[in-house]
Amino acid sequence: MKLQFSSADEAFRQEVRAFVQDKLPADIKKKVELGLRLEHADYVTWFRILEARGWLTPGWPTAHGGPGWNPVQRYIFDEETLLGGAPRIIASGIQMLGPVLIAFGTEAQKAKYLPDIRASNTWWAQGFSEPGAGSDLAAVRTTAVLEPDGKHFVVNGHKVWTSYAQWCSMMFALVRTDPTAAKPQEGISFLLIDMASPGLTLRPIRMLEGGTDLNECFLDNVRVPVENLVGELHKGWSYGKYLLGHERTGIAGIGSCKQQLARTRRLAQQQGLGDDALLQARLAQFEVELMALEFTALRLLSAHQQSRMPAVEASMLKVRGTELRQAIYEALVDIAGPDAVPFSQEAQFLEQLDQAAVDDTLVALAANYLDARKVTIYGGTNEVQRNLIGRAALAAF
Amino acid sequence: MDFSLDDDHIALRDAVQRFCDGEYPAAQRGNPETPAQAHQRWQAMAELGLLGLPFGAECGGSAQGPVEVMLVAQELGRSLGGGAFVSSTVMAGQLLTRLGTAAQQQRWLPSLANGALQAAVALYDEGARYDWQRTRTQARRHAQGWLLNGRKSLVLHGDSAGLLLVVARNAGAEASRDGLTVLAVDANAPGVQVRSFDTLDGRRAAHIEFADVAVDADRALGTPGTAADAVQAALDAAIAALCAEAAGAVEALLVHTAEHLRTRTQFGAPLAKFQVLQHRVADMAIGLEQLKSMACAAAMALAGDDTAQRRRIVSAAKVFACQQGRQIGLWAIQMHGAMGMTDECRVGHFVKRLMVIGQLFGDSAWHLQQLAHHEPVKPRPNPSSAPSLHAN
Repeated sequence: MKLQFSSADEAFRQEVRAFVQDKLPADIKKKVELGLRLEHADYVTWFRILEARGWLTPGWPTAHGGPGWNPVQRYIFDEETLLGGAPRIIASGIQMLGPVLIAFGTEAQKAKYLPDIRASNTWWAQGFSEPGAGSDLAAVRTTAVLEPDGKHFVVNGHKVWTSYAQWCSMMFALVRTDPTAAKPQEGISFLLIDMASPGLTLRPIRMLEGGTDLNECFLDNVRVPVENLVGELHKGWSYGKYLLGHERTGIAGIGSCKQQLARTRRLAQQQGLGDDALLQARLAQFEVELMALEFTALRLLSAHQQSRMPAVEASMLKVRGTELRQAIYEALVDIAGPDAVPFSQEAQFLEQLDQAAVDDTLVALAANYLDARKVTIYGGTNEVQRNLIGRAALAAF
Repeated sequence: MDFSLDDDHIALRDAVQRFCDGEYPAAQRGNPETPAQAHQRWQAMAELGLLGLPFGAECGGSAQGPVEVMLVAQELGRSLGGGAFVSSTVMAGQLLTRLGTAAQQQRWLPSLANGALQAAVALYDEGARYDWQRTRTQARRHAQGWLLNGRKSLVLHGDSAGLLLVVARNAGAEASRDGLTVLAVDANAPGVQVRSFDTLDGRRAAHIEFADVAVDADRALGTPGTAADAVQAALDAAIAALCAEAAGAVEALLVHTAEHLRTRTQFGAPLAKFQVLQHRVADMAIGLEQLKSMACAAAMALAGDDTAQRRRIVSAAKVFACQQGRQIGLWAIQMHGAMGMTDECRVGHFVKRLMVIGQLFGDSAWHLQQLAHHEPVKPRPNPSSAPSLHAN
């Protein structure tokens, strides 16, 4: 047992830190640090910088261009990039579809799609949720019917909460292929759908904080070639579960928590609250929670330190990490005080910052706070995670 | 950063677990010990090598570190056992090791290790609450040695300790870190008055008055007037061990609660089927994993030589143990219903031990304040200059 990172890990940390300092464009860094809106081009720029270094796809096997990092190195990479002001790797193609295709796709599918994902030429939308299928994802009703000639599926339905669909040219979707299956989880398939297909329309959804990055997607007799089926027909549920497992691991967002906590200290000084005893106690409490979260993430990666419930360890980190992140955003708004009230949609773009009625460090706070409600909703709501953890604990203890 | 346990760690943990299962039958955990029981168990712990665990081999110990102490304490917490292990072996042992000369260590540590002698640290002055530096207990030069006067409160196992390590002031203002001296006082010396009492968790402690106690010069540990850092280190070692005990106690509560929810039927279904209770168990389980992690981190911080980091992590671990220990304990009672409030049910005994752990050596408010007053964590520590979590 050692509290220090090994010298190899420490050297790796330095390497990542120097890389971010050196390569991350200043305007992107500023947007991230101020919580301002990032454009598609910002992400693509950064992702291509990472890809050139071989660091864009840490979760992929080395045979497919992954860097071959151990869990501690992945942890360090996440932490250092987020602390350094880099955008999160939010692309669903990289985080979700890539690992699924590598595990279950055909050689032709891998050859066709993986290179464009890594090159950020293709962004993929996640077509999972539907109006009637949120946490209960197995309730998807979008249908895919194989045409008699066996060459195309015809897809009809309605997907929702599709993040960044306006930037995506492809979608991976869970669709019902056997409505007569005995259980809702059976009879679902995993399809790849071209967003330019006739019959597919998008409608952006305006959110509380003014963003429009979530979308509805209507599918009206959309024809999908049969070679776009991933894995076996009717087995899509297991691929979806595999993918959500991948989504959950980085979801605790420890680097983001650290970055935001540092921001609370800076803002507290700026707002004249540096000596406020109540605030200091609150920040000290965050520090305790953050340590407990970070040490737990690192401990559970170590030999002979598994919990009695290894299957839900990621869920535990997700619950605590996301709730801490929200609590820190709440503190940020409290620190802003009356300055959280002036709001300008436009000022959340770097180019229009000078038109803001408030200090540029405060302009996006309220929007960030509202937007952060999503973290306990996406990736399986925290209530669903607690169902899983609770049942596992009741069986294990 | 490596939390891995090796084979020796696991062997130690398993041996202590077997010992505890034998010595502390599940249905009796938390019951007050008779003096005979306490004596017999103390000897058994000595035979197992637990009482000399952190001492050097030349002093009858096995030279193990804070991580090994953590593993032992966690098992003791799970069985509500161990008696004076934290106060004598860990806290007093650490103080003697840090501060004592080689001759002083030779004089006392071997009998601590073989169970012949218990030691206790008389740390807090009457009325000082958690601020141990506010020491008015006075050590004055006298003839060939010292004359000790003062009142110390809540000396854990102070009635069974033959050796009292008394933190006293020989110089400096009331709250100063300078001018503190530790005198190793024979509990039977003339002028020592021990008023012992039961504690909430069925253990023993004492308020102790020292009235013109003559102490030989060779009983002042190390260099007089410079004890503060060593006292702080001994206190941190005790806090870290208590956090590990708390993790063990919380794990036991989770086992009891899960068992109860699986077997108790109401409204035609086992309680385990009710979602509101499942969610509470989920939060208990998360709290347990985090508490274990904090106990590990505190132990590792003790093993390192970065004092600021040690203080920060130990305080954070104590805050966490206080808060989670209380919350999980109260949830466990609630989920056991009225049964959880009976003396027969073991849940309440774990809750009381967790309560005492929470109140000892600084509660959550005290340690939050310690954290708030420390330099905040630098968001991007630079390993090459400042010592930090990431320094190598």
